[in-house]
Amino acid sequence: MNLDIDVQEKKGKNVAFVEGEVDVYTATKLKETIQPLAEGEHDLVIDLSGVDYIDSTGLGIFIGALKASEKSEGSMTLTGLNDRVRRLFEITGLHEVIDIDAAKREEA
Amino acid sequence: MDDMQVSMYQLYKNMLTSYLQNKSEHALYHAQQFSKQMMEQDMSPEETVSLHLSVFQDIADELPEEVTDSFDLLLEVMIGYGLAYREHQSLRDRQQELESELNVAAQMQRTLLPDAGINLDEVDFGVVSVPAGKMSGDYYHYDLDDEGNLAIAVADVIGKGVPAAMSMSMIKYAMDTLTDKQMQPGYVLESLNRVVERNIDDDMFITMMYGVYHPKNSHFYFASAGHEPGFFYQSAGDTFTDLEGRGLVLGVSPRMTYKEYDFPLEDGDMVVFLSDGVTESRVDGEFIERDQITNMIRERLDLPAQEIVDEIYQQLEKAQEFQLRDDFTLMILRRKV
Repeated sequence: MNLDIDVQEKKGKNVAFVEGEVDVYTATKLKETIQPLAEGEHDLVIDLSGVDYIDSTGLGIFIGALKASEKSEGSMTLTGLNDRVRRLFEITGLHEVIDIDAAKREEA
Repeated sequence: MDDMQVSMYQLYKNMLTSYLQNKSEHALYHAQQFSKQMMEQDMSPEETVSLHLSVFQDIADELPEEVTDSFDLLLEVMIGYGLAYREHQSLRDRQQELESELNVAAQMQRTLLPDAGINLDEVDFGVVSVPAGKMSGDYYHYDLDDEGNLAIAVADVIGKGVPAAMSMSMIKYAMDTLTDKQMQPGYVLESLNRVVERNIDDDMFITMMYGVYHPKNSHFYFASAGHEPGFFYQSAGDTFTDLEGRGLVLGVSPRMTYKEYDFPLEDGDMVVFLSDGVTESRVDGEFIERDQITNMIRERLDLPAQEIVDEIYQQLEKAQEFQLRDDFTLMILRRKV
């Protein structure tokens, strides 16, 4: 399975557009891109409107990024989640600790 | 030449002479036996080629120079081949070593799980838990206290294999320190979360569903740490509802509390706990739906709990051509009629 990540800088924020499946095979690639961004001081927005499936290993990458962004000055927001992906964040209770922007998706 | 080389030389010479004389199948059979002996004695391919040349020179009166010279080239080729072959051998030995280490670890892991049967007048209980590989990232637990209350739990460490299995044992050891509190689901998850948060990688976590059945008031109490929802089956209306609790997965944030839920369990009612290895089973390439699982349970309501979980496991294992993608755990607690 493929995963594409495109990072753009917008108004002092880093926006990462993710497309594909985030699973045990692609998780490392996602981590390599978003972990350094989460550690940085700029706010990070991760747009998941191109993601139709996340498994538990993939979920772990967002938790790692959340912990990193809490240590740095920046924030982390997820947007564009489809129903299936949103459900996963709800079951795991992560929607309570991760900032999830329900309505809008970032403009590419 | 030492004795062994002399005997191999003699053996090969007899074999070759006999073959050159009558080209019999029998001599070819001897050649196969010879290969086995070669390997047993760690004889390299280049040594065999060189043996062939010496024997041949011995029995043929005179060889054309080109034939003798050509063997130099063949020897060179065989040396490279021999090196690769020996490396392959040593990797294979190493692999066998690792595999037996893993078997010991898997055996150790099995001893962490409860194995005594549950024999209660009021409760029918069954569990099946099978790792996708040798080691499991799923953990299950059941235990009775002195008052006859029954605690049950299923936990799932993300990922699978050895790293997941190591985190699984952490859950077991942490639970052992909570024995006097084990009948309070919210408290158990809160304590485990503190332990896990301190001892796990930043991008790992554990989900867990913990419940207790109190026979005195026939109530079931449970709490969930971000775990795959289970099912609650109500016999009166023949209905399944999702058993879901609010609560963050273990290992993300140090100070979390877990809401406790409870409901009465009537005669024939069931509580079903599972890991996502069950719901992420793929049949014909598609994830199965949750109502396919409840249908499988409903078709087997007249069986004891253990047989229900065993049969469902077998059916889903077969549907996936006996290749589990993830660790699989399914547990049923039913109030006997």
